[in-house]
Amino acid sequence: MDYYFGLSQTIGIHTLLGLSAYILMLTGQLSLAQVGFFAIGAYTSGILTTMFGYHIMPALLIGSLVAGFFAFLIGFPALRVKGLMLVVATIAFSQFVSLFFFNLDWRKTVNGVEVGPDSTQGFREIRYYAANGWDSGEVALFVWVIVVLVMAALWWLDRSRAGAVLRAVGEDELAAQSVGLNLTAVKVIAMTAGGVIAGLGGSLYAHSTTYVDHLTFSILLATFAIAYPILGGLSGVFGTLVAVIFIQGILVEGLRFLGDWRNLLFGLLIVLVMNLKPEGIIDARVAQLLKRTFLGGGKGGKHA
Amino acid sequence: MLNLEGLSKHFGGVKALDQLDIKIEKGEIFGLIGPNGSGKSTTVNLICGVYPATRGRIIFQNEETTNKPPHQQLRRGIARTFQNIRLFENLTVWQNLWVAQNSKEDVAKQNPMARWFGSSAAVREEIEKILEFSQLAEKSNEPAGSLAFGEQRRLELARAVVAKPKLLLLDEPAAGMNLEEVEELGERIRNLRDSGITILLVEHVMELVMEVTDRMAVLNFGQKIAEGTPTEIQNDPKVQEAYLGTSSETT
Repeated sequence: MDYYFGLSQTIGIHTLLGLSAYILMLTGQLSLAQVGFFAIGAYTSGILTTMFGYHIMPALLIGSLVAGFFAFLIGFPALRVKGLMLVVATIAFSQFVSLFFFNLDWRKTVNGVEVGPDSTQGFREIRYYAANGWDSGEVALFVWVIVVLVMAALWWLDRSRAGAVLRAVGEDELAAQSVGLNLTAVKVIAMTAGGVIAGLGGSLYAHSTTYVDHLTFSILLATFAIAYPILGGLSGVFGTLVAVIFIQGILVEGLRFLGDWRNLLFGLLIVLVMNLKPEGIIDARVAQLLKRTFLGGGKGGKHA
Repeated sequence: MLNLEGLSKHFGGVKALDQLDIKIEKGEIFGLIGPNGSGKSTTVNLICGVYPATRGRIIFQNEETTNKPPHQQLRRGIARTFQNIRLFENLTVWQNLWVAQNSKEDVAKQNPMARWFGSSAAVREEIEKILEFSQLAEKSNEPAGSLAFGEQRRLELARAVVAKPKLLLLDEPAAGMNLEEVEELGERIRNLRDSGITILLVEHVMELVMEVTDRMAVLNFGQKIAEGTPTEIQNDPKVQEAYLGTSSETT
């Protein structure tokens, strides 16, 4: 059972990572910085619970806000460039964050045990859950309550004017400016929201695994973050969830016997989807079909 | 209302627009015509702030607005349509209008939370009224990309009007329309003027320009070669030579 609880935690956390890229992708931006925000959230909240004895809730909150703050800061310069240049700029940011934590050596003795980020050795003993007697089922429940809340918030956002504005910017920047939308403001807000969600995911990740180091936050993880919404499509938040279940649940876990060949399969899958279904597996048509099947009627009525 | 003073735009060595002076009065429909590549669309893009001007000034309601970004121009009351329709195709008709409610009034009237996340009755009513005016009420929930060509043109005009402009720039709104649709469009443009909007009409379709404009200017190779009422323009030998003359020879 613990195996499935562990897997469900991974799926929940990766869903947050994917959603953080999803919200930015609505505005037409492809960012590999999400893993950087994820790392900032992981280290910040880990430091708070292990070294300063914070409760998990304020630690999560502060971890995501700090990540959001950095997203806001790098949003201004990074979002001046587009497309490939943005990809390069955001990779640089993620590398910078990763190297910062590679060098961060800040330890403290708490209850006779030395804790804190130990540069190259990584950050061990993030044992909040174990220390407070949570079993893995409870942790999985906790993770999923948060994931569901974030998904609900984004689902609701998509139905609001703000959501329509994000998509308008993603579709046509010239038209969006011409109807009075401030592109920089819209993009920076999306980046900040994405940073907060990634930071939240990172915070949960650090506490679920109890150990993080700079190698955790690799370019591979950054690619995963954007692969989920690419595969799942941008027609709604459920696409990202489905993509995470598919990749983490089936590709990564189900095909474990293939070893590192799985990464090859993963690359192949992205190339295939981009060529065959550029709007993602769950594009507008499939989304309509699903809605009609499961909710009945399936009328638009978004603004009623 | 709008003064262009010595407005110039050079792309490298090409003078797309050269020393343009135009004065548009409040409440008029001002036409801007000229052959392809004469600088009409460039003029619209400069007024909206899409391109920075190389030289010259744009003064709108006694305030210099040269080189201000497009979203600020809209707040001041300048809205536009595009020569090639640029709708948000995957958004619904309704959402296309909803995202465009960015006039100064709309921003001031509601608090930011209500503006971004709510949808007040007043907002809905306003959009419904404009949908009605544009004969798009039944299409409200359809993606803009699925509309017929004429409907897309009407939606783009509606999207500009929903921002409560004082000055509306129409960049070849009749392109691709049949005669009947052009007549309907002319009616619509006059209605908008009567509701207090000043209009700059950039157009190729002569029937429309001659019929609806109060005054007009003619551009050729980036320079203004004539200005006056439609009748004056029709009888101007320079215009006939540069524009009407050549076009009647080719047709």
